[in-house]
Amino acid sequence: MSTRLQKGGRLIDRSAALEFSFNGKRLRGYQGDTLASALLANDQMLVGRSFKYHRPRGIVAAGPEEPNALVGLGKGGRFEPNQRVTTTELFEGLEAESQNHWPSLEYDVGVVNNSLARFLPGGFYYKTFMYPRAAWKHLFEPIIRASAGLGKAPREKDADRYEQLYAFCDLLVVGGGIAGLQAALIAGASGAKVIVLEQTAFWGGRAPVDGDVIDGKPAALWINTAVQALEAMENVTLRLRCAGVGVYDHGYVLADEKVADHTPGDGRPKHRLWRIRAGQIVTATGAIERPLSFAGNDIPGVMLAGALREYVVNFAVSAGDRTVVVTNNDDAYRTAIALVEAGLVVAAVVDARVTVTGALPERARALGIRVATGTAVVKVKGGKRVTGVQLGAQAGEGAVLEEIACDAVAMSGGWSPVVHLWSHCGGKLNWDVDQQHFRPDATRPPTGADGAAMVVAVGAANGAMTAAEALADAAKGAGIAVKAAGFKASGKAAVAEAVAEARMEPVWVMPQGAGPNLRAKMWLDYQNDVKVSDVQLAAREGYESVEHTKRYTTLGMATDQGKLSNINGLAVLAHALNEDIPRVGTTTFRPPYVPVTLGALAGESRGDIFQPLRRTPMHSWHEKMQAYMEPVGLWRRPYCFPRAGENHEQAVHREVNNTRTALGLLDASTLGKIIVKGPDAGKFLDMLYTGVMSSLPVGKCRYGLMCSEQGFLSDDGVVARIDEETWLCHTTSGGADRIHAWMEDWLQCEWWDWQVYTANITEQLAQVAVVGPNARKLLEKLGGMDVSKETLPFMAWADGTLGEFDVRVYRISFSGELSYEIAVPASQGLAFWEALHKAGAELGAMPYGTEALHIMRAEKGFIMIGDETDGTVIPQDLNLGWAISKKKADFLGKRGQERVYLASPERWKLAGFETLDSSVVPDGSYIVAAGKNANGQGNTQGRVTSTYYSPTLKRGIAMGLIHGGLNRIGDIVEFNTVTGGTVKARVVDPVFYDKDGEKQNV
Amino acid sequence: MSNAVSALGNASFDGFAKIREIGPVGMISLRAKPEVKGLAKAIKAAVGTGLPAQRQIEISGDKAAGWMSPDEYLLILPYAETAAAMAAIDKALKGEHYLAVVVSDARAVFHVEGAKADQVIAKLSPVDFAKMGANELRRTRAAQVAVAFWREGDGYTLVCFRSVASYVLGLLSHSAMVGSEIK
Amino acid sequence: MLILECPYCGVKAEETELSPGYEAHLKRFGPGSSDTEFEDYMFARKNPKGVHFERWRHVYGCGKWFLAARDTATLEVFGTYAAQSSAPPAALQDKIKAKRPDWKGYK
Repeated sequence: MSTRLQKGGRLIDRSAALEFSFNGKRLRGYQGDTLASALLANDQMLVGRSFKYHRPRGIVAAGPEEPNALVGLGKGGRFEPNQRVTTTELFEGLEAESQNHWPSLEYDVGVVNNSLARFLPGGFYYKTFMYPRAAWKHLFEPIIRASAGLGKAPREKDADRYEQLYAFCDLLVVGGGIAGLQAALIAGASGAKVIVLEQTAFWGGRAPVDGDVIDGKPAALWINTAVQALEAMENVTLRLRCAGVGVYDHGYVLADEKVADHTPGDGRPKHRLWRIRAGQIVTATGAIERPLSFAGNDIPGVMLAGALREYVVNFAVSAGDRTVVVTNNDDAYRTAIALVEAGLVVAAVVDARVTVTGALPERARALGIRVATGTAVVKVKGGKRVTGVQLGAQAGEGAVLEEIACDAVAMSGGWSPVVHLWSHCGGKLNWDVDQQHFRPDATRPPTGADGAAMVVAVGAANGAMTAAEALADAAKGAGIAVKAAGFKASGKAAVAEAVAEARMEPVWVMPQGAGPNLRAKMWLDYQNDVKVSDVQLAAREGYESVEHTKRYTTLGMATDQGKLSNINGLAVLAHALNEDIPRVGTTTFRPPYVPVTLGALAGESRGDIFQPLRRTPMHSWHEKMQAYMEPVGLWRRPYCFPRAGENHEQAVHREVNNTRTALGLLDASTLGKIIVKGPDAGKFLDMLYTGVMSSLPVGKCRYGLMCSEQGFLSDDGVVARIDEETWLCHTTSGGADRIHAWMEDWLQCEWWDWQVYTANITEQLAQVAVVGPNARKLLEKLGGMDVSKETLPFMAWADGTLGEFDVRVYRISFSGELSYEIAVPASQGLAFWEALHKAGAELGAMPYGTEALHIMRAEKGFIMIGDETDGTVIPQDLNLGWAISKKKADFLGKRGQERVYLASPERWKLAGFETLDSSVVPDGSYIVAAGKNANGQGNTQGRVTSTYYSPTLKRGIAMGLIHGGLNRIGDIVEFNTVTGGTVKARVVDPVFYDKDGEKQNV
Repeated sequence: MSNAVSALGNASFDGFAKIREIGPVGMISLRAKPEVKGLAKAIKAAVGTGLPAQRQIEISGDKAAGWMSPDEYLLILPYAETAAAMAAIDKALKGEHYLAVVVSDARAVFHVEGAKADQVIAKLSPVDFAKMGANELRRTRAAQVAVAFWREGDGYTLVCFRSVASYVLGLLSHSAMVGSEIK
Repeated sequence: MLILECPYCGVKAEETELSPGYEAHLKRFGPGSSDTEFEDYMFARKNPKGVHFERWRHVYGCGKWFLAARDTATLEVFGTYAAQSSAPPAALQDKIKAKRPDWKGYK
């Protein structure tokens, strides 16, 4: 069994006991424990079930590479699935539950998949779900959806908050082990601004676990001294619990700081995402140990040798009483030695190498540990827990020569540098034959904005595997980075006592000649349940590229992203293809290095500040009136103002009727307003609009259209001539920023010698449309300026005062009624709006919303950008030829509109439609035509663009584009409907109401 | 005018830094090239400062002139004084190519106060505060919207568009919450 | 995420403060141009792997458009310059030639 030892544990505080629960069971641990060490201390080796076969799985590793031990953490608003117990710090009251099992961890029904394993080989999904289609939908998918998947998504809103931080430094060190600290000391001494990140809660990494001696002191002492020295440097920022997860272009690095994961609910943000811009990046990210591929290497109790040693040294936790170490290298002997020194039994070190004479093995032998050379683990015995190992010759095919009882297996297949951050932005790797791993090629680094190297890998991350090599390498790498960052490096490297290690031997399958039965029990990827046999099958089926094999077998595609499995998997693939490992190559390393919770990526963008809602000066009034709001771009505008007992439709109809018969008030503040001024402003606007604006008299307004260079209609609005050199251009509500940017683009990049200035003053002004037969009466009641037909005729504007407000009044109409649009400074918008309502009450004033606006403009046959246009419509399609100058030599879009296709008489053109039964044509309908097209689909001859119930005409009205346009007036056509039928409609003039415009011109 | 109100009615938030919406503040957007005759005179007459250099803001009491772009300046002054300032600008720049427009009501203005005020903005804006000059006016974004800010008093003055004032107050408050300070 | 220095205000802006404007140094063809000319102007883009000239707007900043010379494969930035340029500055072209001897020129 796994248990807590009586003595030791450099990271735990035995005076601070903590209580936590696992699957409802109350357990105890210590301050300083990880959830993994605390579970092991309570003999909870079994922590989960595998993804595909639901095999029992235990803790394998001690760091972020852990593939098995994923749990659901917390409750309710603080529940998080798929949390690795190895990177979860223990805290009082922690609640964890295992996942991917039913009904319980101990007795899981899904384990039936395990006995069906031979029917679920690599590529199973692709093969099985091809045919028949119905089986996928009704049989496979429901079963897989129910049984697969790891944790469950949280059901409640996240109770925590997250934030992001922009940080800048000359030099960023990722990794706080001895190599990272050494690099930071040198960088810090140079005066450069340095940030050092460490993903765990403590500095120093593995060195103290390995028993390294630095500058004559135990590693832990040197680490303390180094951290103190760094803390004293003002130019150095140190962050624990902060994982550098991605390196991006131009020195951009993302780091995820777990601020309060271990202190939930203490008022701090849960995570802080650091968005760092670094001049140079030093990756001191260490190395990850590789498993060995022998049968049963996934049975709980089989762990990485380094992890087993780490649990003993750091947490005083033994994985078992009696351990067998299996290895192909010298480093694993450190585990055997550490176990014996802690008073535990090492039954044997099983070493695949024939000759084993290194310093560490000799020390092990001197401690009385049995070393079995040239030997393999043929098979691990046990179900939910290791009970023993069967041994045979590594050179053999799996004949069992001996069986040893044990309750833990420590395996080591060698170490792989963590090259992820080096590789994210294009750093290349070399295959190191001696150490059998990929490591960074300093001659092919990731490059930055200046084309020079921006990342330096140091220490174990660079293949410098021993403490002595790592420190020397870190000093050298830091020197290079400091110089590249523009500083002068100084300071001496610390020196670690060298411990000679003999060469490791590549062992990708154990034993070497293992047959199919054994290979089908050798796990490569624990989390996705990919075995040696699956990769070999993929190779046989022609998947020669490692990228294809990855996707076919799902090797390395789980949440651990193959941290343990990638090298072993591609070595097996290379062997099966009879290729060299470097020729097969690795799959692409992509960020993030470890999973980042979505909350951290979203940062502050949640709830009320998810996106910037734009509010008009009258917004609070609308809210008070309980207006139903709709999004218009980022604006929120009242759709309608329902009264008690009204639904939205009734409210809209009332608003239309009231505006047409009495007085309606619209908050039109969102309308875009752009000032264009200068000696060349007229010439400029003539290029921008399809019509002529330079000839517009001061004091008058003119409707204008703007097109893209392709000729497509992009925006419309009323332009007012303010003075000789100044125009005010109104744009659509959604178009103000876009059109302002469009103007600046042409002025800055094409006609930069024209003397024109623009200013977007949309938000300076609140604007109110006063609409209806009583509109003039209301303004006259407020008093202060002459708004008569004679002084202020249709399409004119004037400055003046109304009541106590300075205003600019435009006589323009988007409804067909007598209408004034009145602008006041935004800071007075609300007061003005309230004054209009107060004075207008006796005239029947009511607010109206965007839907009433839409209906009234459709009744008048006015087009709406975004309804009648969709980026493929030209003004000519909408019968707006009258607004296009024939005289102008050029305007934006003119050449585009001359293209054959756009000039074709065959184009669909605007017309009105009235259904014969008075119903409303469904939104999105097409006008059907006889016959079918090449795809067997019904032909069409047009489509609806706007369709409403007109409360004024008491029937459905629609606008749409139809082949033949207004020439079709009188024709009866059919629109398709949602239910599959059609509805008949007559083609009519799109001006449904007040065709002669008498009402607006009074 | 008595009806003039700032976007949020001078709302505030107290966290590890203090956020206060101030105003209404008078602002004029002045577009002209620096070499235009009379420009320095116009700015002097309007707000009493010199012509600000690239990315600088010249502050003089409750008035200031900021460099916004190679042909745009932001003039800041008491709300009620914009009309007089506009008249002075028009007089000084008569006959030149320029555009002056009052934008007081198009903006919302915040003070972010306290020793760690920079942290509040550093969570929202991709700006290296260590490299920001003492009198620098920095235009950038705060989360998803455009802002401009500069050092003033024991913190920063930050300007955004009026329609998103509530969003920006939300951003600043979130970033300034007690417990969120960076140690 | 790129950093480009705005030549107008001197800010080393990160990509989120900028908006892209695609290929630079296009010649506008209006009425009277041939279909081929207009097609080239509207649609034919070089999209090179290597040295590229682009338009960027410092949209969360001074609002000005500027031009940038950049390697689309390595993301190396050779320089930025004013939008009011009908050709890349000679010094910039020399710099690019020195760094990319195979470069055929901006046209």
